[in-house]
Amino acid sequence: MSIKQISVFVENRPGAMKAMTDVLARNGIDMRALSLAETSDFGIVRIIVDNVYQAATTLKDAGFIHSITPVLGVAIPDEPGGLTQVLDVLSQAQVNVEYMYAFLGGKTAEHAYMIFRVENEAAAAAALKAKGIPTVEQEEIAQL
Amino acid sequence: MERYFQPEIETASREQIKAWQDERLVKQVRHVWDNVPYYRKKMEAKGLTPDDIRSTEDLHKLPFLSKDDLRIAYPYGLLAVPLKDCVRIQSTSGTTGKRVVAFYTQHDIDLWDECCARAIVAAGGTNEDVCQVSYGYGLFTGGPGLNGGSHKVGCLTIPTSSGNTERQIMFIMDLHATILCCTPSYAAYIGETMKEKGLTPDQIPLKAGIFGAEAWSEEMRHDIEQTLGIKAYDIYGLTELSGPGVSFECSEQSGMHINEDHFIAEIIDPKTGEVLPEGATGELVFTSITKEAFPLLRYRTRDICTLTRKKCSCGRTHVKMTKPQGRSDDMLIIRGVNVFPSQIETVLLNHGYPANYQIIVDRVNHTDTLDVQVEMTPEMFSDNLGEVSRRQKELVEGLRSMLGLTAKVTLVAPKSIVRSEGKAVRVIDKRKI
Repeated sequence: MSIKQISVFVENRPGAMKAMTDVLARNGIDMRALSLAETSDFGIVRIIVDNVYQAATTLKDAGFIHSITPVLGVAIPDEPGGLTQVLDVLSQAQVNVEYMYAFLGGKTAEHAYMIFRVENEAAAAAALKAKGIPTVEQEEIAQL
Repeated sequence: MERYFQPEIETASREQIKAWQDERLVKQVRHVWDNVPYYRKKMEAKGLTPDDIRSTEDLHKLPFLSKDDLRIAYPYGLLAVPLKDCVRIQSTSGTTGKRVVAFYTQHDIDLWDECCARAIVAAGGTNEDVCQVSYGYGLFTGGPGLNGGSHKVGCLTIPTSSGNTERQIMFIMDLHATILCCTPSYAAYIGETMKEKGLTPDQIPLKAGIFGAEAWSEEMRHDIEQTLGIKAYDIYGLTELSGPGVSFECSEQSGMHINEDHFIAEIIDPKTGEVLPEGATGELVFTSITKEAFPLLRYRTRDICTLTRKKCSCGRTHVKMTKPQGRSDDMLIIRGVNVFPSQIETVLLNHGYPANYQIIVDRVNHTDTLDVQVEMTPEMFSDNLGEVSRRQKELVEGLRSMLGLTAKVTLVAPKSIVRSEGKAVRVIDKRKI
C-alpha cells in the first residue's frame, strides 16, 4: 500500500550532498525520486530508491543519519488537471498532506508520479482506491 | 558496607584532622622559607616570618601563589629539595599556556599513590578487581597517578594509556576489566563505540569508573553510567599539587572528599582574595602540607566550587568540595555574560542530544557570537523539517534560559566533531582581542 522513503541528514555545505550520492553510486543504487528540504545549516534529502534495504544499510555504514518513512506513491495521468484530481480526493477525505514531490515518468512514460507524506496513509490510500486512482507499491518502484 | 583504604585517616575526628594540619602547616612553612627563596621573598614583602604561622588560623596571612608564579619560577624556582632527592617530574597538559613542571621525591609519589588508592577503594575497588587505566601515561598525571593507586590497592592493573579505542574495548572484554579510569569524555566515547558494536551494559564487565581531569555534568555521568552499566565516580586534582587524588567521590556521589591530611582547602573571593565562610561559592585555594619537593602554599586553582563539612553517609570525615563549575580558565565571557561549557553540556543532554559538541565563539561587528555545534543522532532526526527545526528551537530556548543569552545551534553530521582520547577540546575562541 505504501512506498518506503529514505530521509538523510546532510550538512548544508559544499560537497555534503555529493558525499551521499557517491555512496549510492558506488553501491549501484538507482534513485527514482528525490526532494530536498533545507535550512541555512542542514538539509533533509528524501529519496525513493529501487533497493531500500541496501540503500539504508550502506548509508548507515557510511555514517549517515537516516530514517525510513512510509509514503504514498500515486500514479497520475500526465495531463493538465491530473494532480488537482488527486488532491481533491485527499481533501474530501480530510487527509492533511505534510509534504509532497513529483517524479516524472518512469522508463515507460505513461504516467507522472507523486509522492505524498500524509498523517494517515491508510485513510488516504482507501480514499484514492475508492475513486479508482492507483497507488504504487514498493515492489513496482524497481520496475519503473 | 563502606570500605576505606586508610580508615584511621579517612574517618579521623575533625579535631585530629585539625591537629595534623596545624602541625604540618607550621613545619611546611618553615621548609619553604628555608628552601624556596622565591616564596620567602613574597613572605618578606608582607612582613612575615615562619614564626607568624602557628596554626591553620594563621593561614590567611600567607601570600598566594598563582599559575603565573609557576611560570615565572619555571623550572626550578619553587623546588624545595636538592635535585638529587627528586625521582620524577610530571607536567601540565599546557591547556592554558606554558607548561608547568612539578617535581616529586619518592615519598611524594608514595603519598600521591595512597591518595589515588583511597579513590579506587571509595569506588568499590579491591585486590580482586581488574583496573584499566586509560588516562594518558607520560607527562600527564592521570595515567601515573591512577596506575600507582591501583598498585597500592592490589588491583590487576591494565596500563592501556589513552587512545586506540578498539584495543581498549578488547582488553575490557577479554580481561574482564571491572574498573575504568579515564577522562569522562573518553569514557563517553568508549561507551558510544561499545554501543555501536552492539554491546549491552549487562555484557560489559565494568562495574565502576573513576573519571576526572575535566569538567563534566551530572547528565553526562548519567549517560555514561547507563551506557556502560557502571557507577561513575569523579576524581579531582592538579599537577601542581601532585595530580589526581587531591579529592575523590565516595558512594554518596555528591561532592569529593579532599584529602585534608595532605591538603588544606580554602574558598576565596577571586576578586578580592578574601577568605569566604563555609558554604560560599568561590575560588578553591590549596596548601600542600606534606609535599617535599614541590610544596605550594596557598595555590590558587582558579576552580570555582563550594566546600561542605556536613557529615557524609560514607563515614569519611574529610571536607567535601562540589564538582567545580569549571576552571575559571574555561569560563567564557560572552557579551559580558559568564558561560561555562559544562552549563551548555547540561542543556544538550537534558534535550536528548549527545555530549559531543563544540562551542565556537567569535566576534562579528564588535558583538560576540556563540555557536554551539551539536551532532545529529538517529533519535533526534526526522524526515519532517518542521520537527527537526522545532527541536533545534527548543534547544536554543533551553540554552537561553540556562545562560541568559542567545546562542546559535548548528546541527552537524555524526562523528564530524573530533573525539578526544584525553581532554576534550570543547571551545574554539576565534575572537581577536
